[in-house]
Amino acid sequence: MTVSSDGALIHARGLRKRFGEFTAVDGIDVDVPRGEAFGFLGPNGAGKSSTMRMIACVSAPSAGTLRILGMDPLRQGPAIRARLGVCPQLDNLDPELTVRENLTTYARYFRIPRRVARERADELLEFVQLTDRAGSKVEPLSGGMKRRLTIARALVNEPEIVLLDEPTTGLDPQARHLVWERLFRLKQQGVTLLLTTHYMDEAEQLCDRLVVMDGGRIVAEGAPRELITRYSTREVVELRFAADAPEDIAGKLAGVGERTEALPDRLLLYADDGDAALAQVQQRGLEPAGVLVRRSTLEDVFLHLTGRTLVD
Amino acid sequence: MGSLAVLEYHLVGYRRTWRGSVFSSFLLPLLTMLSFGVGVGAYVDSGIGGVPYLDWIVPGLIASTALQVAMGEATWPVLSGFQWVKTYFSQIAAPLRVVDVLGGQLGFVLLRVLVSSAAFLAVAAAFGALHSAWAPVTLLLVLLIGAAVALPTIAFSASITSDSYLALLFRVAVIPMTLFAGVFFPVESLPPVLRWLAYLSPLWHGVDLCRSATLGVAPAWSATGHLLYLAVWVALGWLLAHARFRRRLLD
Ligand SMILES: Nc1ncnc2c1ncn2[C@@H]1O[C@H](COP(=O)(O)OP(=O)(O)OP(=O)(O)O)[C@@H](O)[C@H]1O
Ligand SMILES: [Mg+2]
Repeated sequence: MTVSSDGALIHARGLRKRFGEFTAVDGIDVDVPRGEAFGFLGPNGAGKSSTMRMIACVSAPSAGTLRILGMDPLRQGPAIRARLGVCPQLDNLDPELTVRENLTTYARYFRIPRRVARERADELLEFVQLTDRAGSKVEPLSGGMKRRLTIARALVNEPEIVLLDEPTTGLDPQARHLVWERLFRLKQQGVTLLLTTHYMDEAEQLCDRLVVMDGGRIVAEGAPRELITRYSTREVVELRFAADAPEDIAGKLAGVGERTEALPDRLLLYADDGDAALAQVQQRGLEPAGVLVRRSTLEDVFLHLTGRTLVD
Repeated sequence: MGSLAVLEYHLVGYRRTWRGSVFSSFLLPLLTMLSFGVGVGAYVDSGIGGVPYLDWIVPGLIASTALQVAMGEATWPVLSGFQWVKTYFSQIAAPLRVVDVLGGQLGFVLLRVLVSSAAFLAVAAAFGALHSAWAPVTLLLVLLIGAAVALPTIAFSASITSDSYLALLFRVAVIPMTLFAGVFFPVESLPPVLRWLAYLSPLWHGVDLCRSATLGVAPAWSATGHLLYLAVWVALGWLLAHARFRRRLLD
Protein backbone atom coordinates (compact mmCIF):
# COMPACT_ATOMS: atom_id res chain seq x y z
CA MET A 1 0.00 0.00 0.00
CA THR A 2 1.32 3.40 -0.96
CA VAL A 3 0.42 6.29 1.28
CA SER A 4 2.14 9.54 2.11
CA SER A 5 4.62 9.63 4.96
CA ASP A 6 2.12 10.44 7.69
CA GLY A 7 -0.20 7.65 6.61
CA ALA A 8 -2.97 9.83 5.20
CA LEU A 9 -4.99 8.44 2.28
CA ILE A 10 -5.84 11.98 1.32
CA HIS A 11 -3.27 14.65 1.86
CA ALA A 12 -3.73 18.27 0.83
CA ARG A 13 -1.56 21.30 1.56
CA GLY A 14 -2.44 24.80 0.45
CA LEU A 15 -4.94 23.33 -2.01
CA ARG A 16 -6.51 25.96 -4.27
CA LYS A 17 -9.04 26.00 -7.06
CA ARG A 18 -9.56 29.06 -9.20
CA PHE A 19 -12.13 29.56 -11.91
CA GLY A 20 -10.76 32.49 -13.87
CA GLU A 21 -10.47 35.34 -11.38
CA PHE A 22 -12.67 33.63 -8.83
CA THR A 23 -11.13 31.51 -6.07
CA ALA A 24 -13.48 28.71 -5.08
CA VAL A 25 -11.05 26.88 -2.78
CA ASP A 26 -8.58 29.14 -1.09
CA GLY A 27 -5.67 27.15 0.30
CA ILE A 28 -6.91 24.31 2.45
CA ASP A 29 -4.96 21.68 4.39
CA VAL A 30 -6.58 18.29 4.85
CA ASP A 31 -5.34 14.89 6.02
CA VAL A 32 -7.64 11.91 6.10
CA PRO A 33 -6.30 8.62 7.48
CA ARG A 34 -7.61 5.25 6.37
CA GLY A 35 -10.95 4.23 7.81
CA GLU A 36 -12.00 7.70 8.88
CA ALA A 37 -15.31 9.34 8.07
CA PHE A 38 -14.42 12.91 7.23
CA GLY A 39 -16.88 15.70 6.57
CA PHE A 40 -16.94 19.04 4.81
CA LEU A 41 -19.60 21.22 6.34
CA GLY A 42 -20.47 24.58 4.88
CA PRO A 43 -23.09 26.78 3.23
CA ASN A 44 -23.77 27.12 -0.51
CA GLY A 45 -20.70 28.16 -2.45
CA ALA A 46 -18.27 27.31 0.37
CA GLY A 47 -16.15 25.25 -2.03
CA LYS A 48 -17.13 21.78 -0.86
CA SER A 49 -17.92 20.34 -4.29
CA SER A 50 -14.89 22.01 -5.85
CA THR A 51 -12.74 20.30 -3.21
CA MET A 52 -14.46 16.96 -3.74
CA ARG A 53 -13.94 17.16 -7.51
CA MET A 54 -10.23 17.76 -7.04
CA ILE A 55 -10.03 14.77 -4.72
CA ALA A 56 -12.02 12.73 -7.26
CA CYS A 57 -9.27 13.55 -9.80
CA VAL A 58 -11.61 15.22 -12.28
CA SER A 59 -10.54 18.78 -11.57
CA ALA A 60 -6.95 19.94 -11.57
CA PRO A 61 -5.80 21.91 -8.51
CA SER A 62 -4.77 25.48 -9.37
CA ALA A 63 -2.12 25.46 -6.64
CA GLY A 64 -0.95 23.44 -3.66
CA THR A 65 -0.21 19.78 -3.06
CA LEU A 66 -2.69 16.97 -3.37
CA ARG A 67 -1.92 13.28 -2.90
CA ILE A 68 -4.59 10.60 -3.00
CA LEU A 69 -3.63 7.07 -1.94
CA GLY A 70 -0.06 8.30 -2.19
CA MET A 71 -0.49 9.17 -5.87
CA ASP A 72 -0.58 12.36 -7.89
CA PRO A 73 -4.08 13.11 -9.28
CA LEU A 74 -2.67 14.91 -12.31
CA ARG A 75 -0.48 12.07 -13.51
CA GLN A 76 -2.22 9.02 -12.07
CA GLY A 77 -5.89 10.00 -12.32
CA PRO A 78 -7.25 6.73 -13.73
CA ALA A 79 -5.20 4.61 -11.28
CA ILE A 80 -6.58 6.62 -8.37
CA ARG A 81 -10.13 6.69 -9.71
CA ALA A 82 -10.03 2.89 -9.97
CA ARG A 83 -9.96 2.82 -6.15
CA LEU A 84 -12.50 5.58 -5.51
CA GLY A 85 -16.28 5.56 -5.41
CA VAL A 86 -17.99 8.80 -6.29
CA CYS A 87 -21.50 9.95 -5.54
CA PRO A 88 -21.73 13.40 -7.19
CA GLN A 89 -23.94 16.22 -5.94
CA LEU A 90 -26.27 15.80 -8.91
CA ASP A 91 -27.27 12.30 -9.97
CA ASN A 92 -26.01 11.36 -13.41
CA LEU A 93 -27.70 8.00 -13.83
CA ASP A 94 -28.98 6.99 -17.25
CA PRO A 95 -32.78 7.37 -17.07
CA GLU A 96 -33.33 5.14 -20.11
CA LEU A 97 -31.49 2.15 -18.64
CA THR A 98 -32.84 -0.08 -15.94
CA VAL A 99 -31.69 0.17 -12.36
CA ARG A 100 -29.56 -2.95 -12.75
CA GLU A 101 -28.12 -1.89 -16.11
CA ASN A 102 -26.94 1.36 -14.58
CA LEU A 103 -24.80 -0.69 -12.22
CA THR A 104 -23.60 -3.35 -14.64
CA THR A 105 -22.59 -0.90 -17.38
CA TYR A 106 -20.76 1.19 -14.79
CA ALA A 107 -18.95 -1.86 -13.44
CA ARG A 108 -17.55 -2.48 -16.92
CA TYR A 109 -15.68 0.84 -16.75
CA PHE A 110 -13.66 -0.77 -13.95
CA ARG A 111 -12.93 -3.84 -16.10
CA ILE A 112 -15.11 -5.96 -13.89
CA PRO A 113 -16.14 -9.13 -15.77
CA ARG A 114 -19.83 -9.24 -16.79
CA ARG A 115 -20.73 -12.14 -14.51
CA VAL A 116 -19.12 -10.49 -11.48
CA ALA A 117 -20.80 -7.23 -12.42
CA ARG A 118 -24.23 -8.86 -12.38
CA GLU A 119 -23.58 -10.51 -9.02
CA ARG A 120 -22.30 -7.31 -7.50
CA ALA A 121 -25.23 -5.34 -8.89
CA ASP A 122 -27.64 -7.69 -7.18
CA GLU A 123 -25.77 -7.45 -3.87
CA LEU A 124 -25.67 -3.68 -4.04
CA LEU A 125 -29.35 -3.39 -4.91
CA GLU A 126 -30.02 -5.49 -1.85
CA PHE A 127 -27.77 -3.20 0.17
CA VAL A 128 -29.68 -0.04 -0.83
CA GLN A 129 -33.06 -1.82 -0.82
CA LEU A 130 -33.83 -1.44 -4.49
CA THR A 131 -33.99 -5.13 -5.39
CA ASP A 132 -37.67 -4.94 -6.29
CA ARG A 133 -36.95 -2.17 -8.79
CA ALA A 134 -33.96 -3.87 -10.41
CA GLY A 135 -35.64 -4.31 -13.79
CA SER A 136 -37.46 -1.01 -14.01
CA LYS A 137 -36.17 2.07 -15.76
CA VAL A 138 -34.53 4.75 -13.67
CA GLU A 139 -36.65 7.58 -15.08
CA PRO A 140 -39.74 7.11 -12.88
CA LEU A 141 -37.86 6.44 -9.62
CA SER A 142 -38.26 8.87 -6.76
CA GLY A 143 -35.42 11.23 -5.89
CA GLY A 144 -34.52 9.13 -2.86
CA MET A 145 -34.35 5.93 -4.88
CA LYS A 146 -32.13 7.57 -7.49
CA ARG A 147 -29.85 8.81 -4.76
CA ARG A 148 -29.56 5.33 -3.28
CA LEU A 149 -28.83 3.95 -6.73
CA THR A 150 -26.10 6.54 -7.22
CA ILE A 151 -24.59 5.49 -3.91
CA ALA A 152 -24.80 1.82 -4.94
CA ARG A 153 -23.08 2.70 -8.22
CA ALA A 154 -20.27 4.36 -6.28
CA LEU A 155 -19.64 1.04 -4.52
CA VAL A 156 -19.54 -1.17 -7.59
CA ASN A 157 -15.73 -1.33 -7.65
CA GLU A 158 -15.44 -2.02 -3.89
CA PRO A 159 -13.66 1.32 -3.40
CA GLU A 160 -11.26 2.13 -0.58
CA ILE A 161 -12.44 5.72 -0.46
CA VAL A 162 -16.02 6.83 -1.10
CA LEU A 163 -16.72 10.48 -1.91
CA LEU A 164 -20.28 11.53 -1.18
CA ASP A 165 -21.31 15.05 -2.18
CA GLU A 166 -24.47 15.84 -0.24
CA PRO A 167 -25.63 12.22 -0.13
CA THR A 168 -28.96 12.94 1.52
CA THR A 169 -30.00 16.36 0.23
CA GLY A 170 -33.63 16.19 -0.83
CA LEU A 171 -34.37 12.90 0.89
CA ASP A 172 -37.21 12.38 3.32
CA PRO A 173 -36.23 11.50 6.91
CA GLN A 174 -36.80 7.80 6.42
CA ALA A 175 -34.70 7.59 3.27
CA ARG A 176 -32.04 9.67 4.95
CA HIS A 177 -31.83 7.32 7.92
CA LEU A 178 -31.49 4.37 5.58
CA VAL A 179 -28.57 6.08 3.83
CA TRP A 180 -26.94 6.94 7.15
CA GLU A 181 -27.26 3.38 8.31
CA ARG A 182 -25.69 2.06 5.10
CA LEU A 183 -22.84 4.55 5.23
CA PHE A 184 -22.22 3.58 8.82
CA ARG A 185 -21.95 -0.05 7.76
CA LEU A 186 -19.40 0.88 5.10
CA LYS A 187 -17.39 2.69 7.70
CA GLN A 188 -17.43 -0.39 9.90
CA GLN A 189 -16.06 -2.37 6.96
CA GLY A 190 -13.07 -0.03 7.00
CA VAL A 191 -14.03 2.11 3.99
CA THR A 192 -12.80 5.69 4.20
CA LEU A 193 -15.70 8.11 3.76
CA LEU A 194 -15.54 11.73 2.65
CA LEU A 195 -18.78 13.56 2.65
CA THR A 196 -20.11 17.05 2.26
CA THR A 197 -23.30 18.17 3.84
CA HIS A 198 -25.43 21.13 4.87
CA TYR A 199 -26.89 19.14 7.70
CA MET A 200 -25.24 19.30 11.08
CA ASP A 201 -27.11 16.25 12.33
CA GLU A 202 -25.71 14.28 9.41
CA ALA A 203 -22.20 15.50 10.20
CA GLU A 204 -22.62 14.70 13.89
CA GLN A 205 -23.97 11.23 13.17
CA LEU A 206 -21.49 10.14 10.56
CA CYS A 207 -18.25 12.06 10.83
CA ASP A 208 -15.32 11.19 13.04
CA ARG A 209 -13.82 14.50 12.10
CA LEU A 210 -14.90 17.41 9.98
CA VAL A 211 -13.92 20.79 8.69
CA VAL A 212 -16.20 23.78 8.53
CA MET A 213 -15.70 25.62 5.24
CA ASP A 214 -16.73 29.14 4.38
CA GLY A 215 -15.73 31.17 1.36
CA GLY A 216 -13.22 28.57 0.19
CA ARG A 217 -11.40 28.38 3.51
CA ILE A 218 -11.41 26.03 6.45
CA VAL A 219 -12.60 27.99 9.46
CA ALA A 220 -12.50 25.15 11.98
CA GLU A 221 -11.50 21.53 12.20
CA GLY A 222 -12.09 18.76 14.70
CA ALA A 223 -14.41 16.03 15.92
CA PRO A 224 -18.05 17.18 16.09
CA ARG A 225 -18.21 17.18 19.90
CA GLU A 226 -14.81 18.78 20.15
CA LEU A 227 -15.87 21.64 17.87
CA ILE A 228 -18.99 22.20 19.90
CA THR A 229 -17.03 22.35 23.13
CA ARG A 230 -14.46 24.64 21.61
CA TYR A 231 -16.73 27.09 19.86
CA SER A 232 -20.00 26.97 21.74
CA THR A 233 -21.43 26.64 25.24
CA ARG A 234 -22.97 23.44 26.47
CA GLU A 235 -26.52 24.73 26.11
CA VAL A 236 -28.45 27.29 24.13
CA VAL A 237 -31.64 29.11 25.04
CA GLU A 238 -33.76 30.04 22.03
CA LEU A 239 -35.98 33.00 22.80
CA ARG A 240 -38.84 34.28 20.66
CA PHE A 241 -40.52 37.55 21.35
CA ALA A 242 -43.89 38.65 20.08
CA ALA A 243 -43.21 42.31 19.33
CA ASP A 244 -39.59 43.34 19.92
CA ALA A 245 -36.80 42.75 17.43
CA PRO A 246 -34.25 40.19 18.67
CA GLU A 247 -31.42 42.78 18.40
CA ASP A 248 -33.21 45.12 20.80
CA ILE A 249 -33.63 42.37 23.33
CA ALA A 250 -29.98 41.40 23.01
CA GLY A 251 -29.03 44.82 24.37
CA LYS A 252 -30.95 44.12 27.54
CA LEU A 253 -29.26 40.82 28.20
CA ALA A 254 -25.69 42.01 28.86
CA GLY A 255 -24.07 39.75 31.42
CA VAL A 256 -26.52 36.89 30.97
CA GLY A 257 -24.85 33.73 29.64
CA GLU A 258 -21.66 33.96 27.58
CA ARG A 259 -22.97 35.68 24.46
CA THR A 260 -26.02 36.13 22.28
CA GLU A 261 -26.76 35.78 18.55
CA ALA A 262 -29.67 37.69 17.11
CA LEU A 263 -31.39 35.91 14.21
CA PRO A 264 -34.23 37.50 12.27
CA ASP A 265 -36.88 35.48 14.09
CA ARG A 266 -35.24 34.60 17.40
CA LEU A 267 -32.49 35.31 19.86
CA LEU A 268 -29.96 32.64 20.80
CA LEU A 269 -28.53 32.91 24.29
CA TYR A 270 -25.41 30.81 24.85
CA ALA A 271 -24.83 29.53 28.38
CA ASP A 272 -23.51 26.36 29.96
CA ASP A 273 -26.60 26.18 32.17
CA GLY A 274 -29.57 27.05 30.03
CA ASP A 275 -32.20 26.96 32.75
CA ALA A 276 -30.18 29.30 34.98
CA ALA A 277 -29.74 31.73 32.11
CA LEU A 278 -33.44 31.62 31.37
CA ALA A 279 -34.20 32.44 34.99
CA GLN A 280 -31.95 35.50 34.69
CA VAL A 281 -33.80 36.59 31.54
CA GLN A 282 -37.07 36.46 33.42
CA GLN A 283 -35.56 38.32 36.40
CA ARG A 284 -34.87 41.18 34.02
CA GLY A 285 -38.56 41.46 33.36
CA LEU A 286 -38.42 40.06 29.84
CA GLU A 287 -41.26 37.80 28.86
CA PRO A 288 -40.45 35.72 25.77
CA ALA A 289 -43.39 34.31 23.81
CA GLY A 290 -41.50 31.09 23.15
CA VAL A 291 -38.59 29.40 24.90
CA LEU A 292 -36.48 26.38 24.02
CA VAL A 293 -33.49 25.18 26.00
CA ARG A 294 -31.35 22.76 23.99
CA ARG A 295 -27.82 21.45 23.66
CA SER A 296 -25.41 23.19 21.32
CA THR A 297 -25.01 21.70 17.86
CA LEU A 298 -22.65 22.22 14.95
CA GLU A 299 -25.14 24.76 13.67
CA ASP A 300 -24.18 26.96 16.61
CA VAL A 301 -20.51 26.42 15.90
CA PHE A 302 -21.08 27.50 12.35
CA LEU A 303 -23.11 30.53 13.37
CA HIS A 304 -20.41 31.59 15.77
CA LEU A 305 -17.61 31.15 13.26
CA THR A 306 -19.25 32.76 10.27
CA GLY A 307 -22.10 34.83 11.65
CA ARG A 308 -24.43 32.97 9.31
CA THR A 309 -26.80 30.04 9.56
CA LEU A 310 -26.02 26.89 7.66
CA VAL A 311 -29.47 26.06 6.36
CA ASP A 312 -31.93 28.86 5.97
CA MET B 1 -10.12 -1.27 -23.61
CA GLY B 2 -11.87 1.59 -21.89
CA SER B 3 -13.49 2.62 -25.16
CA LEU B 4 -15.04 -0.82 -25.47
CA ALA B 5 -16.65 -0.52 -22.04
CA VAL B 6 -18.06 2.85 -23.08
CA LEU B 7 -19.27 1.41 -26.39
CA GLU B 8 -20.88 -1.41 -24.45
CA TYR B 9 -22.79 1.14 -22.39
CA HIS B 10 -24.11 2.82 -25.54
CA LEU B 11 -25.11 -0.55 -26.95
CA VAL B 12 -27.09 -1.46 -23.84
CA GLY B 13 -29.21 1.64 -24.46
CA TYR B 14 -29.41 0.87 -28.18
CA ARG B 15 -30.70 -2.63 -27.41
CA ARG B 16 -34.01 -0.99 -26.51
CA THR B 17 -34.42 0.90 -29.76
CA TRP B 18 -32.50 -1.03 -32.38
CA ARG B 19 -35.51 -2.73 -33.95
CA GLY B 20 -37.19 0.53 -34.80
CA SER B 21 -33.95 2.05 -35.98
CA VAL B 22 -33.06 -0.88 -38.23
CA PHE B 23 -36.58 -0.86 -39.66
CA SER B 24 -36.34 2.80 -40.56
CA SER B 25 -32.84 2.18 -41.93
CA PHE B 26 -34.44 -0.06 -44.54
CA LEU B 27 -37.63 1.89 -45.03
CA LEU B 28 -35.95 5.15 -45.96
CA PRO B 29 -33.79 3.75 -48.80
CA LEU B 30 -36.70 1.66 -50.03
CA LEU B 31 -38.93 4.71 -50.36
CA THR B 32 -36.09 6.69 -51.89
CA MET B 33 -35.42 4.02 -54.49
CA LEU B 34 -39.05 3.93 -55.46
CA SER B 35 -39.38 7.69 -55.58
CA PHE B 36 -36.20 8.40 -57.52
CA GLY B 37 -36.00 5.23 -59.55
CA VAL B 38 -39.60 5.00 -60.69
CA GLY B 39 -40.63 8.62 -60.30
CA VAL B 40 -37.79 11.08 -60.92
CA GLY B 41 -35.75 8.61 -62.97
CA ALA B 42 -38.51 8.46 -65.59
CA TYR B 43 -37.94 12.15 -66.40
CA VAL B 44 -34.14 11.87 -66.51
CA ASP B 45 -34.11 9.17 -69.14
CA SER B 46 -30.69 9.98 -70.54
CA GLY B 47 -29.06 9.14 -67.17
CA ILE B 48 -25.73 10.72 -66.18
CA GLY B 49 -22.50 9.71 -67.89
CA GLY B 50 -24.20 6.70 -69.45
CA VAL B 51 -25.46 5.41 -66.08
CA PRO B 52 -29.20 5.27 -65.22
CA TYR B 53 -30.09 8.19 -62.93
CA LEU B 54 -31.09 5.95 -60.03
CA ASP B 55 -27.84 4.01 -60.12
CA TRP B 56 -25.94 7.28 -60.34
CA ILE B 57 -27.50 8.80 -57.23
CA VAL B 58 -27.45 5.64 -55.06
CA PRO B 59 -23.83 6.06 -53.90
CA GLY B 60 -24.52 9.72 -53.20
CA LEU B 61 -27.55 8.79 -51.15
CA ILE B 62 -25.55 6.23 -49.20
CA ALA B 63 -22.88 8.83 -48.44
CA SER B 64 -25.47 11.41 -47.45
CA THR B 65 -27.21 8.84 -45.24
CA ALA B 66 -23.86 8.35 -43.53
CA LEU B 67 -23.64 12.12 -43.10
CA GLN B 68 -27.14 12.45 -41.68
CA VAL B 69 -26.80 9.56 -39.23
CA ALA B 70 -23.33 10.67 -38.13
CA MET B 71 -24.47 14.24 -37.57
CA GLY B 72 -27.64 13.14 -35.79
CA GLU B 73 -25.68 10.92 -33.40
CA ALA B 74 -22.96 13.54 -32.90
CA THR B 75 -25.31 16.32 -31.84
CA TRP B 76 -28.16 15.81 -29.38
CA PRO B 77 -26.73 12.66 -27.74
CA VAL B 78 -23.38 14.40 -27.17
CA LEU B 79 -24.99 17.56 -25.82
CA SER B 80 -27.02 15.38 -23.50
CA GLY B 81 -23.90 13.60 -22.29
CA PHE B 82 -22.66 16.93 -20.99
CA GLN B 83 -25.81 18.84 -20.31
CA TRP B 84 -28.83 16.69 -19.55
CA VAL B 85 -28.04 13.10 -18.60
CA LYS B 86 -24.39 14.03 -17.90
CA THR B 87 -23.23 10.55 -18.79
CA TYR B 88 -19.70 11.66 -19.62
CA PHE B 89 -19.20 13.02 -16.12
CA SER B 90 -20.16 9.69 -14.64
CA GLN B 91 -17.72 7.99 -17.01
CA ILE B 92 -14.78 10.23 -16.27
CA ALA B 93 -15.28 9.59 -12.53
CA ALA B 94 -14.43 5.95 -13.28
CA PRO B 95 -10.89 4.98 -14.28
CA LEU B 96 -11.53 5.97 -17.90
CA ARG B 97 -9.54 8.54 -19.82
CA VAL B 98 -10.89 11.25 -22.08
CA VAL B 99 -9.90 9.15 -25.11
CA ASP B 100 -12.02 6.28 -23.80
CA VAL B 101 -15.10 8.43 -23.31
CA LEU B 102 -14.69 10.05 -26.73
CA GLY B 103 -13.61 6.85 -28.45
CA GLY B 104 -16.58 4.89 -27.13
CA GLN B 105 -18.98 7.60 -28.23
CA LEU B 106 -17.39 7.76 -31.69
CA GLY B 107 -17.50 3.98 -31.94
CA PHE B 108 -21.23 4.03 -31.36
CA VAL B 109 -21.78 6.80 -33.92
CA LEU B 110 -19.85 4.80 -36.50
CA LEU B 111 -21.76 1.66 -35.70
CA ARG B 112 -25.02 3.48 -36.35
CA VAL B 113 -23.59 4.85 -39.60
CA LEU B 114 -22.54 1.37 -40.64
CA VAL B 115 -25.94 -0.20 -39.94
CA SER B 116 -27.85 2.47 -41.88
CA SER B 117 -25.45 2.44 -44.80
CA ALA B 118 -25.39 -1.34 -44.97
CA ALA B 119 -29.19 -1.37 -45.10
CA PHE B 120 -29.11 1.15 -47.93
CA LEU B 121 -26.47 -0.83 -49.77
CA ALA B 122 -28.53 -4.01 -49.44
CA VAL B 123 -31.64 -2.30 -50.83
CA ALA B 124 -29.58 -0.81 -53.66
CA ALA B 125 -28.21 -4.26 -54.49
CA ALA B 126 -31.75 -5.61 -54.63
CA PHE B 127 -32.64 -2.90 -57.16
CA GLY B 128 -29.59 -3.80 -59.26
CA ALA B 129 -28.02 -0.40 -58.70
CA LEU B 130 -24.55 -1.71 -57.88
CA HIS B 131 -22.35 -2.25 -60.93
CA SER B 132 -19.02 -3.18 -59.46
CA ALA B 133 -17.35 -5.79 -57.28
CA TRP B 134 -15.87 -2.84 -55.40
CA ALA B 135 -19.31 -1.98 -53.99
CA PRO B 136 -18.68 -3.53 -50.51
CA VAL B 137 -15.80 -1.08 -50.07
CA THR B 138 -18.56 1.51 -49.64
CA LEU B 139 -18.95 0.19 -46.09
CA LEU B 140 -15.42 1.26 -45.27
CA LEU B 141 -15.91 4.57 -47.02
CA VAL B 142 -19.01 5.43 -44.99
CA LEU B 143 -16.99 4.87 -41.81
CA LEU B 144 -14.45 7.38 -43.07
CA ILE B 145 -17.15 9.86 -44.07
CA GLY B 146 -18.92 9.28 -40.76
CA ALA B 147 -15.79 9.97 -38.72
CA ALA B 148 -14.87 12.98 -40.86
CA VAL B 149 -18.19 14.73 -40.18
CA ALA B 150 -18.96 13.29 -36.73
CA LEU B 151 -15.75 14.36 -35.01
CA PRO B 152 -15.93 18.11 -35.75
CA THR B 153 -19.63 17.92 -34.93
CA ILE B 154 -18.90 16.21 -31.61
CA ALA B 155 -16.41 18.98 -30.88
CA PHE B 156 -19.13 21.53 -31.63
CA SER B 157 -21.74 19.75 -29.51
CA ALA B 158 -19.24 19.59 -26.65
CA SER B 159 -18.81 23.37 -26.81
CA ILE B 160 -22.43 24.45 -26.49
CA THR B 161 -24.89 24.36 -23.64
CA SER B 162 -28.18 24.75 -25.50
CA ASP B 163 -29.58 22.80 -28.41
CA SER B 164 -30.80 25.87 -30.27
CA TYR B 165 -27.50 25.88 -32.19
CA LEU B 166 -28.00 22.33 -33.39
CA ALA B 167 -31.00 23.04 -35.58
CA LEU B 168 -28.93 25.83 -37.10
CA LEU B 169 -26.07 23.43 -37.77
CA PHE B 170 -28.39 21.20 -39.75
CA ARG B 171 -29.63 24.14 -41.77
CA VAL B 172 -26.23 25.60 -42.59
CA ALA B 173 -24.23 22.37 -42.95
CA VAL B 174 -26.24 19.22 -43.51
CA ILE B 175 -28.95 20.42 -45.86
CA PRO B 176 -26.70 22.46 -48.20
CA MET B 177 -24.17 19.62 -48.34
CA THR B 178 -26.87 17.11 -49.14
CA LEU B 179 -28.26 19.31 -51.90
CA PHE B 180 -25.07 20.61 -53.51
CA ALA B 181 -22.22 18.16 -52.82
CA GLY B 182 -22.78 15.94 -55.84
CA VAL B 183 -25.46 13.66 -54.47
CA PHE B 184 -28.20 14.50 -56.99
CA PHE B 185 -26.24 16.05 -59.85
CA PRO B 186 -22.56 16.52 -60.76
CA VAL B 187 -21.00 19.50 -58.99
CA GLU B 188 -19.60 20.58 -62.37
CA SER B 189 -23.06 22.01 -63.12
CA LEU B 190 -22.69 24.47 -60.22
CA PRO B 191 -21.44 28.06 -60.66
CA PRO B 192 -17.73 28.33 -59.63
CA VAL B 193 -18.24 29.67 -56.09
CA LEU B 194 -20.71 26.99 -55.12
CA ARG B 195 -18.62 24.39 -56.87
CA TRP B 196 -15.61 25.30 -54.73
CA LEU B 197 -17.73 25.12 -51.62
CA ALA B 198 -18.81 21.67 -52.72
CA TYR B 199 -15.15 20.68 -53.22
CA LEU B 200 -14.39 21.84 -49.67
CA SER B 201 -17.22 19.84 -48.13
CA PRO B 202 -16.21 16.41 -46.88
CA LEU B 203 -19.39 14.98 -48.36
CA TRP B 204 -18.40 15.57 -51.99
CA HIS B 205 -15.17 13.64 -51.49
CA GLY B 206 -17.13 10.83 -49.88
CA VAL B 207 -19.78 10.81 -52.59
CA ASP B 208 -17.20 10.67 -55.36
CA LEU B 209 -15.42 7.74 -53.69
CA CYS B 210 -18.66 5.85 -53.07
CA ARG B 211 -19.76 6.43 -56.64
CA SER B 212 -16.48 5.09 -57.89
CA ALA B 213 -16.96 1.99 -55.72
CA THR B 214 -20.55 1.16 -56.68
CA LEU B 215 -20.30 2.01 -60.38
CA GLY B 216 -16.73 0.84 -60.94
CA VAL B 217 -15.78 4.11 -62.63
CA ALA B 218 -12.76 6.32 -62.03
CA PRO B 219 -13.42 9.08 -59.46
CA ALA B 220 -13.65 12.68 -60.66
CA TRP B 221 -10.58 13.51 -58.57
CA SER B 222 -7.65 11.46 -57.27
CA ALA B 223 -8.84 8.68 -54.96
CA THR B 224 -5.78 9.14 -52.78
CA GLY B 225 -6.52 12.86 -52.62
CA HIS B 226 -10.08 12.15 -51.51
CA LEU B 227 -8.91 9.74 -48.81
CA LEU B 228 -6.27 12.14 -47.55
CA TYR B 229 -8.68 15.06 -47.49
CA LEU B 230 -11.18 13.05 -45.42
CA ALA B 231 -8.35 11.81 -43.19
CA VAL B 232 -7.44 15.42 -42.46
CA TRP B 233 -11.01 16.08 -41.33
CA VAL B 234 -10.83 13.00 -39.12
CA ALA B 235 -7.50 14.00 -37.59
CA LEU B 236 -8.38 17.64 -36.97
CA GLY B 237 -11.85 16.65 -35.79
CA TRP B 238 -10.37 14.21 -33.31
CA LEU B 239 -7.92 16.76 -31.92
CA LEU B 240 -10.65 19.35 -31.59
CA ALA B 241 -13.16 16.97 -30.03
CA HIS B 242 -10.56 15.61 -27.63
CA ALA B 243 -9.60 19.12 -26.54
CA ARG B 244 -13.24 20.09 -25.99
CA PHE B 245 -13.98 16.91 -24.04
CA ARG B 246 -10.89 17.34 -21.94
CA ARG B 247 -11.74 20.93 -21.13
CA ARG B 248 -15.29 20.10 -20.19
CA LEU B 249 -14.62 16.87 -18.27
CA LEU B 250 -11.40 17.73 -16.46
CA ASP B 251 -11.55 21.44 -15.72
N1 LIG C 1 -16.89 25.25 -13.10
C1 LIG C 1 -17.00 26.41 -12.42
N2 LIG C 1 -16.80 27.59 -13.03
C2 LIG C 1 -16.89 28.75 -12.34
N3 LIG C 1 -17.21 28.83 -11.05
C3 LIG C 1 -17.43 27.69 -10.38
C4 LIG C 1 -17.35 26.42 -11.03
N4 LIG C 1 -17.62 25.47 -10.12
C5 LIG C 1 -17.88 26.11 -8.97
N5 LIG C 1 -17.76 27.44 -9.12
C6 LIG C 1 -17.95 28.46 -8.07
O1 LIG C 1 -17.15 28.11 -6.98
C7 LIG C 1 -17.82 28.39 -5.75
C8 LIG C 1 -17.81 27.14 -4.92
O2 LIG C 1 -18.65 26.19 -5.54
P1 LIG C 1 -18.86 24.74 -4.96
O3 LIG C 1 -19.76 24.04 -5.89
O4 LIG C 1 -17.55 24.14 -4.68
O5 LIG C 1 -19.59 25.08 -3.59
P2 LIG C 1 -20.32 24.08 -2.59
O6 LIG C 1 -19.72 24.30 -1.26
O7 LIG C 1 -20.31 22.72 -3.12
O8 LIG C 1 -21.78 24.68 -2.61
P3 LIG C 1 -23.20 23.93 -2.56
O9 LIG C 1 -23.47 23.69 -1.13
O10 LIG C 1 -24.13 24.94 -3.12
O11 LIG C 1 -23.09 22.70 -3.37
C9 LIG C 1 -19.20 28.89 -6.12
O12 LIG C 1 -19.22 30.28 -6.01
C10 LIG C 1 -19.37 28.45 -7.56
O13 LIG C 1 -20.17 29.38 -8.25
MG1 LIG D 1 -21.72 21.42 -3.75
